Amino acid sequence: MSLLSPADQEKLRESFDEMTSPVKVLFFTQTLDCEPCEQTRRILDELPALSDKIAIEEVNFILEKETAAQYGIDRVPALALVVQGAAGEARDTRMRFLGTPAGYEFVSLVQALMLAGGHASSLTPENRARVDAVTTPTTIQVFSTPT
Amino acid sequence: MAFANEHITAYAVEATEFPDLARKYRVNGVPKTVVNDQIEIMGGIPQDDFVQQALALP
Repeated sequence: MSLLSPADQEKLRESFDEMTSPVKVLFFTQTLDCEPCEQTRRILDELPALSDKIAIEEVNFILEKETAAQYGIDRVPALALVVQGAAGEARDTRMRFLGTPAGYEFVSLVQALMLAGGHASSLTPENRARVDAVTTPTTIQVFSTPT
Repeated sequence: MAFANEHITAYAVEATEFPDLARKYRVNGVPKTVVNDQIEIMGGIPQDDFVQQALALP
């Protein structure tokens, strides 16, 4: 049974229709002792049915330490969004999610997927210029709760 | 911001699932933004303010 109502599914389908390029969600997870990983899997399972631009790839956090380290993932469940580069290679969007993407986090995930999939950025030209000027490694963490 | 600039990485963190992080970064309310473990932004604020504060611009 879907976690999303038919109306929500329809709204998401319309939103995802605006994506012009494919996005892959790397889903870092483990099978033991991780109830939030199961919840996250149930949520992610809904997405590919809503858009042919969205694919989910599971990464075993215990066995694939190198991939986790490459994406700066030190806990699960975690998501990293990647897109296809010019030569077909995986290109990191540097947009990550730690914890179950439910409630407000789900809204953020949808927005991140759309941005990665070619939807216009919400940054104003002035703020885009300010962001473009950053030349040092910068880590932004945004904490939220499901409700 | 992360999508626009390769030097920037953004994490959306579910605070209740990771109490160690919530404690470390003194998350008493949400949303709370922490940049490079130094800059703290409380609540949802206008984009101009957010970008300027997050990037420590005058």
